[in-house]
Amino acid sequence: MEAFLTWLAMGKYALYVWSSFGLTVAVVLLNIHWARRSFRDASEVARRRLAMRRSDQ
Amino acid sequence: MTWLWFHKLASPPHFYRIAGRWLPWLGWSAAVLGVTGLVWGLVLAPSDYQQGEGYRILYVHAPSAWLSTFTYTTMAVSAAVGLVWRMNVAHSVSASCAPLGASFTFVALATGSLWGKPMWGTWWEWDPRLTSELLLLFLYLGYMGLRSAIEDQTRADRVCALLAIVGVVNVPIIYYSVEWWNSLHQAPSVMKFGKPTMPASMLVPLLMMFAAGTLFAATMVLMRARGEILRRERVGTWLEAAVGESVALTGEKR
Amino acid sequence: MTPRQQRMTLVLGVVAAVALAGFLALRAFQNNVMFYFDPTRVAAGEVKPGQRFRLGGMVVKGTLVRTPGTMDVRFAVTDYRHEVAVSYTGVLPDLFKEGTGMVADGQLDASGRFIATQVLAKHDEKYMPPALSKSLEAGKAAAAEAAAGSQP
Repeated sequence: MEAFLTWLAMGKYALYVWSSFGLTVAVVLLNIHWARRSFRDASEVARRRLAMRRSDQ
Repeated sequence: MTWLWFHKLASPPHFYRIAGRWLPWLGWSAAVLGVTGLVWGLVLAPSDYQQGEGYRILYVHAPSAWLSTFTYTTMAVSAAVGLVWRMNVAHSVSASCAPLGASFTFVALATGSLWGKPMWGTWWEWDPRLTSELLLLFLYLGYMGLRSAIEDQTRADRVCALLAIVGVVNVPIIYYSVEWWNSLHQAPSVMKFGKPTMPASMLVPLLMMFAAGTLFAATMVLMRARGEILRRERVGTWLEAAVGESVALTGEKR
Repeated sequence: MTPRQQRMTLVLGVVAAVALAGFLALRAFQNNVMFYFDPTRVAAGEVKPGQRFRLGGMVVKGTLVRTPGTMDVRFAVTDYRHEVAVSYTGVLPDLFKEGTGMVADGQLDASGRFIATQVLAKHDEKYMPPALSKSLEAGKAAAAEAAAGSQP
């Protein structure tokens, strides 16, 4: 437990180290979310366009 | 013919299929390497003789900085290929690079600031390295703004490609800024010719983070590029098959 | 030339032109891009007393003096050709110590002493575990002792 707390304290740099790692992980997760949403939206657009063309014919 | 792969990748359905096949491999190896590198860098790697535990910020700062310039170079090269060969797939790849590159340029600047405050004694200085990296962020943001501002797809592709190509001049400036001018930022420890100024116990997890970052970038760019291709494609039976499949996939997830 | 070759030439031409323009612009503003002046340029009289600038160099070993009970420090900065004496009142960053690089913001007084209003530490791009650094130091000391002992 004490070893864990020492590790969490990161010397005296806890604030700087943990906010750096936290920010990086958050940006990675956000990028995954954005990329998936962008792909989903794009296939939705393509699907609708195809459906419209089919109904035109 | 050795150029066959190039012409094959230029075909949207082929690129869409190949990228789709690579995605899970790239994504999962990025995840495995990234988690291993993080744990190794945060727990197992020894502390530094000058910076103590504070040096661990390097494990996210240096790979982010690498991604920021590597992604920009990819964006500019694919933009140039798109311009010269009139290749729609290349423009799709170029467009897919910008959001990823911008966010990692931001991470590089922010984590650098978080390291600079305790170590240098300042959050920000107008140092050549820091200033040129900030310019990179504005190039990305300008590219994305320009793309969303121009309605016509072909025109947007050409104008944005030109901006990306012009901005690539900034990449060597970022890299060599610490050597050409007096700067506060130190010279590279790993990304250089010659021996890294770091022992293996610290270097191995850092290299893992570099590899994980590169694989992650490839995953994100390919995922977005596939979407971009679907958005642009007008005809083709392959499109129906692809969209039907992706709808079925997302339908399952919901 | 085919249209494709024309476009390729255009792209390469644009890159070359922008690179050239950037090179010339950066060359013209060389002094503004430089983050700091080194002691040699100070010794050459490139800055006048009272003019604000940044001074950069290595903190000379054995020159760092703290006045007890205050935040006053004095030290000398060198680029291995010239030295400049520096006075500063305030907190020093974590990486600041003798024998490593620093950059200070301030001005020269009439006697040529640099009065700093801010002191930043430079990192030397070297990373090492503390145990390894200690054993290296011990090795160096032992070698120095052996060298001293072998002399008559």
